[in-house]
Amino acid sequence: MSETKNILLVGVGGQGTILASKILAHVALGQGWDVKMSEIHGMAQRGGSVVTQVRIGTKVYSPIIEPGEADVLVAFEQLEAYRWIHTLRPDGTVIINDQKIAPLPVVAGAATYPETILDDIRAKVATAIVVPALSLATEAGNSKATNVVLMGVLASVMPDVPAESWQEALEANVPVRFLEVNRKAFAAGFACER
Amino acid sequence: MKVLMTGNEAIARGAYEYGVGVAAAYPGTPSTEILENIATYKEIPCQWSPNEKVALEVGIGAAIAGARTIVTMKHVGVNVAADPLLTVAYTGVRGGLVLVSADDPGMHSSQNEQDNRFYGPFAKIPVLEPSDSQEAKEMVGLALEMSETFDTPVILRITTRIAHSRSLVTLNEPVERTAKPYSKDAKKYVMIPAYGRARRLFIEERDQKLGAFSETCPVNRIEAGSEPNGVGILTSGIAYSYVKEAFPQAPVLRVGLTHPIPKQLITDWAQGFNHVIVVEELEPYLENQLRAMGLPVLGKPFFPPFGELSVQSVQAGVQAALASRGVAIAIPETNVPAPFTAPMRPPVLCPGCPHRGVFYVLKQLKAVVSGDIGCYTLGTMAPLDGIDTCICMGASISGALGMEKAHPEMANRIVAVIGDSTFLHSGVTGLMDIVYNGGTSTVMILDNSITAMTGHQHHPGTGQTLMGDPAPMVDYEALVRALGVKRVVEVDPLDIKQVKAVLKEEMAVREPSVIIARRPCALRVKNDRPLIVENCKGCRACIGVGCPALSMDPATRKAVVDATLCTGCGVCARVCMFDCFRPGGE
Repeated sequence: MSETKNILLVGVGGQGTILASKILAHVALGQGWDVKMSEIHGMAQRGGSVVTQVRIGTKVYSPIIEPGEADVLVAFEQLEAYRWIHTLRPDGTVIINDQKIAPLPVVAGAATYPETILDDIRAKVATAIVVPALSLATEAGNSKATNVVLMGVLASVMPDVPAESWQEALEANVPVRFLEVNRKAFAAGFACER
Repeated sequence: MKVLMTGNEAIARGAYEYGVGVAAAYPGTPSTEILENIATYKEIPCQWSPNEKVALEVGIGAAIAGARTIVTMKHVGVNVAADPLLTVAYTGVRGGLVLVSADDPGMHSSQNEQDNRFYGPFAKIPVLEPSDSQEAKEMVGLALEMSETFDTPVILRITTRIAHSRSLVTLNEPVERTAKPYSKDAKKYVMIPAYGRARRLFIEERDQKLGAFSETCPVNRIEAGSEPNGVGILTSGIAYSYVKEAFPQAPVLRVGLTHPIPKQLITDWAQGFNHVIVVEELEPYLENQLRAMGLPVLGKPFFPPFGELSVQSVQAGVQAALASRGVAIAIPETNVPAPFTAPMRPPVLCPGCPHRGVFYVLKQLKAVVSGDIGCYTLGTMAPLDGIDTCICMGASISGALGMEKAHPEMANRIVAVIGDSTFLHSGVTGLMDIVYNGGTSTVMILDNSITAMTGHQHHPGTGQTLMGDPAPMVDYEALVRALGVKRVVEVDPLDIKQVKAVLKEEMAVREPSVIIARRPCALRVKNDRPLIVENCKGCRACIGVGCPALSMDPATRKAVVDATLCTGCGVCARVCMFDCFRPGGE
């Protein structure tokens, strides 16, 4: 890998962004790449925005992705895609779970949830992949596997990485009793229509 | 073997590899995971202490007795521990003593962003600053060796981006873990003035020796490079990684031992350049020292003294710094599209938090709420708007007393709200002060039986230790009665009618009172039975409790429950004016 690849995972506390980033890092290390990851999770369990940054390359120094520098943005929720889309490179790819989770200011009536998120984003970026990750995970057997569905989608836009690397990463990071469900979820994400 | 580790995991690994025999801490983001990871190495006795001062004193005792010791805390915790720190600087140690200070530039999870490198020159003790996880591990070993060689505690200063970033770490076998034999040495360890004066002179000698050591210490590293305008960059900590990314070819002096700095090394190195630029996060700590040495360096006006740096801010800062000297350089164009305006998503009290209703009641009673650190600070968010002040650990109770002294007529409206872990950390002395100095404020201890905000650490009130052993539990009622509080009431915080009645009564009383609201953290109980709404009239009363699991359907204008979030706590049901909430199915 000649250039550093920047992958930003954004979501809401409790959606499993950190497990997803661990799977991704495992894959990258398996390819012999250098990896830096940064996760801000001090308030992760309290329903706040969570961001995990993964940088992969021959030699990576900084653990953080600058605005306009992400090659792939994986958004676990629509509003979070909207909030972070400016981090994407003009030729980058955004993967969006179509789920909506209203933040408290919206619930309390102090703000409104933007209605044109997907259209606004599509108008702005080169490639937007929108997937019903929550329903795909539920179909696979567990709604909590939404994160792994999204890793399946991510794998489909990283063709250089052999499929078995992802399977190894799943095995290394997912408890055995949930492995089958997560394999299904990953496959559903990899193959889903877009 | 190489493993991807956070800085915190790497420091824990360092403690294991370099023979640490005792570890102590009070949890605080971003430092918490260091002790949690040390606890996975069963050979090392490790413990949560009630606060950072106690943790450091335990560490000092262990180090004086002869064990290699590590004590960890967040930046503001060092303020709490500053009293013992500034005197263990005099006594020195027998076994190595490392204090990890985890600073939080950008205030991701903190009330301020103080730059704790200043504790180095203040206490006259060494400060080490790693730039990634591998160095974080290795610097634990270096710190322990320096501590024993120079007879000094050593600060290992990290920041959130070191603590919570993962990078590759090479694992090594641990050295033998043995404590040095103990022997009494009163002139060294009893800091009465006569002995203290002698140690004061020792500190000056030590500082000289450390200064000489710094000149050749390998963590102060010159990296040759080429830059057409004669620019050299001096940097430390995480800022080094941004510099390397922003200007890969530039000559760099990475200072790893940031107190005492290698003055001769820096002076000699700086002579090779037309322009020396100091790139450091937060305060102009290195820059001011370089200026005092007479070096005409460029620095802070061009880099912000607050928040985190980034590759782009380093590029822009270097460009602006050089422009001030009439040198133009090109930096990569940052083609950043304007962000959309998205509603904020602040952290909030969890769905099912049993203590949410307390803030709802406090708002109804128009109480003046003296708040504290931890989850309950989140009670300040709309729609609860439940807190007037939050300064530091324990300040809710003592602050309430001050408010009452300033405005006696406000006394029957003032309530201090504090969590169980925070109360044990530093609330007890404040309560003692209320009793002693004739205060009448009402104190609410919201006992969720864990240190919740930092991710569920045990404390003296939970009945379990960090190492998983059972422990005696503090009896809060007996404790506060022993302090002299006569009115002590226990309430179920889910029963908000009872909470309201008790609060009204205790606020009105002209003597100190303590209300203990007891329910475990919602994240630690599995009783999820989401509620359902029937025949909602759209009164919105339930929305006022500020639960993330509740919202109004914009189409039907009726309340809806998110079944994936709702725990069935029922606080919303208790405020509903039309009794519309029902327990859902299994």
